[in-house]
Amino acid sequence: MLNKLVVTSSPHVRNRVSTTSIMLDVIVALLPAVVASTLIFGLRALLIICVSVVSCVVFEYLFRKLTKKDNTIGDLSAVVTGILLAFNLPSTISIPIVIVGAFIAIVVTKQLFGGIGQNFANPAIVARVALLVAFAQPMTNWVIPKVVNGGLDLVSGATPLAQIAGGDTANLPSLPDMLLGIRGGSLGETCIVALLIGGIYLVARKIIHPVIPVTYFGTVAVLSLCFGVDPLYELLGGGVVLGAIFMATDYTTSPVTTKGKFIFALGCGFITMVIRVYGAYPEGTSFAILLMNILCPHIDKLCKTKPFGGVKKA
Amino acid sequence: MAYFKKKHLSGVHVVHHKETAELESVVMPTPARVVLPLIQHMGSPCDALVKKGDTVKVGQRIADTDKFLSVPIHASVSGTVSGVEDFVASNGTKTKAIVIDADGEQTVDESIKPPVIGSREDFLHAVRASGLTGLGGAGFPTFIKLSPKNPDEVDTLVINSAECEPYITSDYRECMENSGDVLDGIRAVQKYLGIHKVIIAIENNKPKAIELFKKQTNDDSEITVHTLSSKYPQGAEKVIIYETTGRVVPEGKLPADVGVIVMNVSTISFIGKYLKTGMPLITKKITVAGSAIKDPKNIIAAIGTPIKDLVEFCGGYNGECAKILMGGPMMGIAVTDDDQPLIKNNNAILALDKAHTDPPKTTACIRCGRCVRACPFSLMPAAIERAFDMQDVESLQKLKVMNCMECGCCSFSCPAKRDLVGVNRLSKKMVRAAKR
Repeated sequence: MLNKLVVTSSPHVRNRVSTTSIMLDVIVALLPAVVASTLIFGLRALLIICVSVVSCVVFEYLFRKLTKKDNTIGDLSAVVTGILLAFNLPSTISIPIVIVGAFIAIVVTKQLFGGIGQNFANPAIVARVALLVAFAQPMTNWVIPKVVNGGLDLVSGATPLAQIAGGDTANLPSLPDMLLGIRGGSLGETCIVALLIGGIYLVARKIIHPVIPVTYFGTVAVLSLCFGVDPLYELLGGGVVLGAIFMATDYTTSPVTTKGKFIFALGCGFITMVIRVYGAYPEGTSFAILLMNILCPHIDKLCKTKPFGGVKKA
Repeated sequence: MAYFKKKHLSGVHVVHHKETAELESVVMPTPARVVLPLIQHMGSPCDALVKKGDTVKVGQRIADTDKFLSVPIHASVSGTVSGVEDFVASNGTKTKAIVIDADGEQTVDESIKPPVIGSREDFLHAVRASGLTGLGGAGFPTFIKLSPKNPDEVDTLVINSAECEPYITSDYRECMENSGDVLDGIRAVQKYLGIHKVIIAIENNKPKAIELFKKQTNDDSEITVHTLSSKYPQGAEKVIIYETTGRVVPEGKLPADVGVIVMNVSTISFIGKYLKTGMPLITKKITVAGSAIKDPKNIIAAIGTPIKDLVEFCGGYNGECAKILMGGPMMGIAVTDDDQPLIKNNNAILALDKAHTDPPKTTACIRCGRCVRACPFSLMPAAIERAFDMQDVESLQKLKVMNCMECGCCSFSCPAKRDLVGVNRLSKKMVRAAKR
């Protein structure tokens, strides 16, 4: 008689998708933009990405160790946060600021709220916003890659959105340059082509639902027309593509249902455009996503699914 | 909002593993002894009608009760009752079991003859006397299913041949081998219950069965064959009703309330056979498969045969067997030992090796929403889990946890490997306890 059998409740098979495999897919989707940022802003971009990733992983490891909790660096979410944080920084940023950012993202925003799945807002976004407020000058010290003698040279300058806000529309980069990312901006946000390749990969692998990016883009485009600004520069000139594909789609801080995601993305697009047009900052993507992250539990509460065969009790 | 309306219910894609599909079923020789638990159906247990030392014959009624939700149990072998013993079923139920030592003669009881049926009452009486329960898995007494309180409103009979669980091919074999019995059973139910519309629903991974039934029902305008997509759990009762008729069974209601009766294809086939022979339910066609079975097969075995005999007939264990399931991997019950007998509503015995049984490590919920998208009934398992953790019965009721059919799609799809369906089961228990 066999009586040393494993007895568990059903189901006895599980899908292959795990938290780690999802994070790995996100990292793969981010790689084209990592390569693009290195080509555009030089090896310093790669250095910043590496420092950010390593500090995020180390902070996560240390926090879990010191608080005697399971080690969670294996789920790779800290790596994703590290890459996204770096993508939100200018290539001229000093290394200590990157490490401060990683601390804010991993320790303050993620681990102090309970770790993966418990953070109230996207860690990379909170870190970026905190750094922007605390280190306003270094966080907006942009360089523009210029093609000189067949190579790229970096000269200081403004982002397209800052140029528009400053009324300097004559020197805006051309559309092909914008798509390729040859313009001033945070190091991961500029190469639209690379970001879109990553976005298509995530949708194809069913990691993200297209409703958030598509609604976000649509809202920004429509509101640009309403406000009388150029929708193409609003879409491609700032952080909307990076934010809509990689930051607003963060599972933990976006609503669960499709309806909720739609409302969430609508809000992101609206706040982004209101800040850009009426606010003091030329860019509003990170503030918009942060504010909508905070509203996410309320959107979730309003957008529950309708159970099949459900009957309302009188 | 039409954009959010569902045309089909959700589900998950599980690797089919239907390797035994084309293996014709073989009859297993009579085992040396059978163990027949006194409860093999959903409802009240039977009382033993025999005692230690009695001689019994094949098909003899050996246990029954007057209680409503029950069916009798018959001897599957001829031989001597060696005892009526305490028995713990695989789901933990404590009951008694009649143990019969087979004499190998298989002497058929004299009372076995085709039932004489003149009316609906005769028909239902015969179905009960046959000991038939739903053979798809839940084991609901068939005669009760066939006696709804609103018989005139029932207009559709759905024959469930979805067989959406991985590995299992016994219903498919029944379709291929005994399609005549299936159609005879259908026509009997049609005749005595006055149902004019019959839908035979088969998943599209069984094209030969679809073709066979289409051919055989060509000249019958009342019977149609419906092709389902191959997605678990297409064979769940409320799901198959929605997919074939578009009707929604509201919570707390039965299929008959929306005019539908769903019967498993092996159940209806048995009715066809029983009306011809009068032999009660004493054998079962099952799939014996899984990574730890040497020679997977479809077999016809006597009810009460211990699992280890079934496995031995299929070449024995292949390497180390770490887990044995009664039923499929999505909803089957893991048994504690291989002395457990085959019972009426088993449709498969799966033996899995260690590589297939290591429990996955559970991590924190990342709110990805996969459980919500996977749930055929659009429940929110992650939210149910949070409400359960807070012992919030009111929220659990609002989240309609009682609608959960425990199909396991949520747990299957969870990337954090959380036991969501397990929590749903506990939540249902909590809600039931609070109601009392």
